[in-house]
Amino acid sequence: MDQFRGKALSWEVSAGVIELALHREPCNEIGSLALHELEKFADALSGMARQAHALIVHSTLKAGFCAGADLRELYQRSHEMEKAQAVAGVRDFLERIHRVLNTIDGAPLTTIAAVHGVTFGGGFELALVCDLIIADKMARFCFPELRLGLIPGFGGIPRLKRDLGNGVVRDLLLTGRSFNATRAHAVGLVSQLVAEGEALRAARATAVQLGKFDRRTAIAAKKFIKPIPHHELKQEIDLFCQLFVEPAVEAGLRKFVESTELQPYLP
Amino acid sequence: MMTTEEQTLNEILTLAAQHFKVSRDKLRPDEDFFKTLNIDSLQALDLLTRLENHFHVEMPDYELQGVTDFRTLASRIQARL
Repeated sequence: MDQFRGKALSWEVSAGVIELALHREPCNEIGSLALHELEKFADALSGMARQAHALIVHSTLKAGFCAGADLRELYQRSHEMEKAQAVAGVRDFLERIHRVLNTIDGAPLTTIAAVHGVTFGGGFELALVCDLIIADKMARFCFPELRLGLIPGFGGIPRLKRDLGNGVVRDLLLTGRSFNATRAHAVGLVSQLVAEGEALRAARATAVQLGKFDRRTAIAAKKFIKPIPHHELKQEIDLFCQLFVEPAVEAGLRKFVESTELQPYLP
Repeated sequence: MMTTEEQTLNEILTLAAQHFKVSRDKLRPDEDFFKTLNIDSLQALDLLTRLENHFHVEMPDYELQGVTDFRTLASRIQARL
């Protein structure tokens, strides 16, 4: 399937470049609908990769790249179920999103996240599966999960640890603070820092450059330098599910979902 | 030359007025900027990023928890200049 137009995302292939656009208001929260469409994308990816050398993931929404997991859906669904059933549901969701993200992470083509604005939690983790992150100067990166009594569940910790030093992971994870794009560029998370609104253009220019290389060499180079941390990813799911039953999580989720405060995105 | 806190405050008010398209004259240092600018927390993060870029500082967002007026915001930024 070379083209798809869904409710949460769309994709198309043109001139050897797959563009995956996220477009679900308010800020591309990843719930069951987005997961279902991401699974469609992952299924179609190997077919598309035969005729493409690059993938660009970006958001068409002004608010940002992606605000992460759909916490309202998570809260409502887990609230309607018995604890054991809720944990089983969460584990199933995590295993499915991990399959999708592992597919993109190891895809036989060079992948670029073109990000702007809010790139939080699961949105940050989606960007982290890509080989390159190109950010406009208004992008912000954050792992806010500790505010909810959780850890990032979409593979963020193992992937950030793979790509950067453990100290950066601890800073983001344990303080819950957000990095601006300048800081993210300084620590090596962002490969190109561009002016506001220019990330997609820069990603497209980079994709043209990637097309100049021998395809088999590029795939071999990526496979050599970017191993998927399968063992830690599995450990992350286990820890997330272990924490999910703690009272702090329900309290944290309820506070976020039912909050009428103007600052739920501020730690 | 060192920027004074009053200069920082003025620059914040000018930048907020320009970005959120409100008259600079309507913004008062001690007013609640969430209400005056009619912004939510995502837009507040956007403002934070603009201020960080403008002043070339890094401001951990937890330092802004509970900060709602321009004057306090200016003092937080001033402390990192």
